Formats: sequence, structure tokens, C-alpha cells
Amino acid sequence: MENPYRPYPVRIDDIEIATEDKSLKTFKFVFLNKEDEEKFSYQAGQFAELSIPGVGEIPIGIASSPVEKGFVKFTVFKTGVVTSHLHNMKVGDIMGLRGPLGNWYPWDTLENKNVLIIGGGFAFTTLRSSIIYMLDPANRSKFKNIDVVYGARSPGMLLYRDELYEWEKRDDINMHITVDGTDDPAWNYHVGFVPTITEECAPKADKDTYAIVCGPPIMIKFTQPVLEKLGYTDEQIIMSLENRMKCGIGMCGRCNIGKELVCKDGPVFTLKEINQTPKEY
Amino acid sequence: MKIIKIDKKEWEQGLDKAREGYHLFGPVKDENYHIIKELGSTDYPDMDLSASSDTILSPKSVIFPQTEKMLTASLDESQENHHIMERVDTDYSPRALLGIKPYDARAFKFLELNFDTEEYKDPYFCDAMAATTFVGLAVNTPSKFDFSTSVGTGPFDETGLDILLVDTDKEYLAKVITDKGDDFLSKCGFDNKADEQGALKTIEALKENAEKAIGSEVSHGKLKDKTILELYNASFWEDISFSCINCGTCTYVCPTCWCFDIQDEAKDNVCTRYKNWDTCMSRLFTEHATGHNPRESKLSRVRQRFMHKLKYFPDKYDQGLMCVGCGRCVKHCPVNIDIREVCEQMNSYEENA
Repeated sequence: MENPYRPYPVRIDDIEIATEDKSLKTFKFVFLNKEDEEKFSYQAGQFAELSIPGVGEIPIGIASSPVEKGFVKFTVFKTGVVTSHLHNMKVGDIMGLRGPLGNWYPWDTLENKNVLIIGGGFAFTTLRSSIIYMLDPANRSKFKNIDVVYGARSPGMLLYRDELYEWEKRDDINMHITVDGTDDPAWNYHVGFVPTITEECAPKADKDTYAIVCGPPIMIKFTQPVLEKLGYTDEQIIMSLENRMKCGIGMCGRCNIGKELVCKDGPVFTLKEINQTPKEY
Repeated sequence: MKIIKIDKKEWEQGLDKAREGYHLFGPVKDENYHIIKELGSTDYPDMDLSASSDTILSPKSVIFPQTEKMLTASLDESQENHHIMERVDTDYSPRALLGIKPYDARAFKFLELNFDTEEYKDPYFCDAMAATTFVGLAVNTPSKFDFSTSVGTGPFDETGLDILLVDTDKEYLAKVITDKGDDFLSKCGFDNKADEQGALKTIEALKENAEKAIGSEVSHGKLKDKTILELYNASFWEDISFSCINCGTCTYVCPTCWCFDIQDEAKDNVCTRYKNWDTCMSRLFTEHATGHNPRESKLSRVRQRFMHKLKYFPDKYDQGLMCVGCGRCVKHCPVNIDIREVCEQMNSYEENA
């Protein structure tokens, strides 16, 4: 019997400070056993439990992409006991990884569709995974237009800046990068909140367009009416939820919204599905 | 159907024989009240049928312990395999859980829906289930808190059992339900076959009397016609939750409450990961690291418990309520919140009335 609580042993291969305030770091892990890497076969949008023996576990979205082989990456915000401990760990340390967990963005449904990605702040990790996946030469032809609206407080708070600027130069993805404000005269991109930039730049919906939205509650709250105005139905708006979790496999009982478990039935839901459940997230 | 007659005078001798092959668990009196525990070599289960012998906690801890070691690892970096967690060594040699209420045994079937799924199997739960022989004792005289018959189980329910013992005063009639049950009785040396027709008649008569003696019932037939949001947004939750002190007693005494926490402990360079019972009555149960809490209010936590048992679970599994009608939460609630009344209120709720 496979023990779903037993983490795969991994080694921290690299740690990168992700934002200028150092509150986010990106951890690159490699599996100690090659066969575990094969078992950890995931889709963009899934998460995993980062497992530190003697400290605890935290559910974090997978920031690397299924098309990137040999490692997995997570960008972690320092906020609680486990994340604070993780931020103090060093390259070479051994810890655990449990997963992949949960469902993923509906890649089958999104095939041959226009995809609008809207992200804010730290919640860009599984969106990065998704963009890398869609831009992969083997996959790009499966999707029509790709638009990305991504914003953070300031330029230094944007995640994966180098990649963002690279994508900006490409002609097979429309980037709409924005910051709430900046005094940098060399800033070449948008200034303004995500909902505003969405209204200005995002494509109007037709039946072949879907929006994936991931961000802080306040951004989601003000982006929803904008999407509605642009013609997106509740079935065309796809969201990824977060809740406190322990087991990650639908057993421990705390992450439910109504009868759905965010860890197992989610974290990805359409707005239509979310509207049918109590808003306990 | 095989039915074995057990002379009450031979019952304890039989259990002594069984000790060679089984760890025995059962109800015993511990200072002021009854508990379920592993029996010492000179202990016998209390087979008293009166309501005063009801155990405060259900027998769920034998399969799903209040605190359970799951994984362990060395934190000493000079050791090979340090920080690599492995399953702890737990004894899963055969166990027999004796003298439990039939509806408590039924509750394990509900726990199974959560812990033993097609996608994931909790190996600690599954191994304990596989190791255990469930020996129930039919309830001839139900307590006034018992409403098991109205939730689809009852004082003689065989669903979760390997053996059903029926006390006929002079002797036990043992209904052998599974091969596991058959093995246990052989180990005890009980092999005196009863006349099947006669024995079944006796059992049926006792069952009928017991079911008739249950004075309380609860209606829930209309719950499935209401939407989750209709019940969630109902006006009665304020009243229901008003007196609740969020002590969590209802969740700990409940045979079907399965929520748990996972915690790490590190001592002397060895760490252990534990699974502990948790309760949806606690604020921390759902509090995010950021401080945001989707079930911040007491009302939302009380509502969660009843919605889970009476609406989410039935909608998800289509196997009735997540309740076996044991009445423990009713009996032990310090502020007299009664799941039967809550269920009635939910069942009769009309959104626009």
C-alpha cells in the first residue's frame, strides 16, 4: 500500500531571493531517488506539501512546469512557522515533498481556446508553470491567443522578472505587466491596479476564451466585475483557491467549501462552481 | 447463517484462549465511567447491558487513535538517511474489539468512506481495520439518547460487525457474520451450534422489543431536496449556535467524526510526525497563516459541524446522514445542543416561509 503521508526525500539544489523585500524565495529541489521524480508527475496548477521533518508541512503551488525536467520549483512567502524555517534553510539540506496534489487548470478544455491569465502579487507561481507549459514548442500550437495581466506593488515585487521581460519580447504571448506605482523613470510597462489594466488591455470574451484568475482576495473582488463587463461567463472564469490544509489528500477535513474539498476536489474551480458553495475560503 | 451458543460461564475462559492470538479491546469501568481500552491479561470486557455502562467515547480510537505516530526520521546529520521520513513500526497483529454497540460498529463503515478511497488509502486506518475483528453486543434496552433506528442503523445492526452477540439472559447467541468472526470464535473454542430457526426467532423477538423501546426519532427525509446554500444561509444558525462554547466535546465523543491534525515533534535529534484528532469547533482548525480565517465566527463553526453531518456528507456519498444515532453528543453537550432538534429544524426549513 502506497503511504500518501510519506514524503519523497529531496535536496535543496538552489535558493533564489524572488522579491526585493526578501519575503519570497524560490526553492529548487531535486529528488534523492530518480523513481520518485517519475512518480511526481504533475500538471500545471497542482500543488504539493513541502515537508520539513520535525517542523511540519505546508501546501504550496508548483512553480516549475511539467516541461521542465530534473527538478521542481516552489516560490514561498515567509509567513508562518514552516515557511520561516524554510527561509532559513540552505542549499544541500534534505527535506521532503508530498504530491502532486489536487486538480489542475483544465488543459483539455483550454485546447484551441484563447487564454487570458490574470495574476497578482505572490499568486503567480502556478500561473508561471502554466505559461511555461503553454509556450513550450510542443504545446504552443494547442492554444490560440495568450494574454497575461500580471501586477505587483512595485517592479521589485514582481516574481520571475527576467522571464516576464523575455516573454514581453515574444510575439506569441501578449504581456500586460503592471505595478501599483513606481518612481523608476525607466519603467517601460503599465502603472495601475490589475483590474484597471485588465479592463484596458484584456481581450473581450467570446465562446472560445477563458480566463484564469489567481491573486489576493481584493484583486479577485475587483477583477470579477471587469471580466463580467468583458463578457466572460462564470463558466469561463477559472480560479485557484487556498485554504488551510494538513493532509492534502481529502481526509483531514478542514479545507472544505461546502461538500468540496479544496485540496482534492480543487484547488481549481470555475466561478460557477464556487458560486454554488459557501464562500468559506 | 451460523449461530453459536455461548454459555455465559464459559465466556471468560473462551476469551482467555483467544488472548493467544488476539489483542483484546473492550469496555471496562475506569474509576467513574466506562472507557474502551486494550484489556490487560486479567481484564474482561464489561458486558453489562444497562445504559450506565455506555462508554463516554466511542470505540473509534481502537482504529483511529486520538494520537498516532505516523512517520519518523533522524535529524542527526551524521546518520545515514537523516531527514528522510519512514513509517513507524506499529503492531498490526490481530485484535478483537469486544462488546461494542452495533451502531458504533456501523460508524467504522462511514470512516472507511473517508480513509479508504480509490484514490488514496490511509495505511494506518486500513491496516488497523484489517487487523480487527468486530464483536458487537446487541442492545436489548436502548438508552433514552439512542435514536439509531431513525438514521438507518439500530441496536441489532450487523453492517459493521464480524460477530453479533445477543444476550438472552442465560447465554449469548453469537451470529457469525464473516469468516473473521468465525476464526475468532474457533480460537475461543466456542463451537456449540444453536438450532438456527429457534435462535433466529429469539433474536428477532429481542430485536423487535429493542427497536420498539427507542423513544426518540429524527426526520431527515426532506434534507436532500434543499440546496446547500439554502440551508447554509438559513436564519436559524444564530439561535442554534448562541449557547455553544466551542468545547469540541461533540466531535471527540462522536463515532463518525474523522477530522484530524498533523503535528511534528522533535526530541533528541529524532522527529516524529503525529496524527491527532482535531475538531471543527476550534478557530485554529481553519485559520490561515496570514491570520485570515474562513470560519472566524462561532456560528460558522457550529454550522460547519451540522452541515457536514446532515447535508455535505449525505450529498457527497448518498449513504444517509453522517450520524449513527448513538446520542453521545446529546448526552455530553454542556449547553444541551441537540443534533435531533437541529436536524428537525433543517429538515422542516422553508426558505421563504
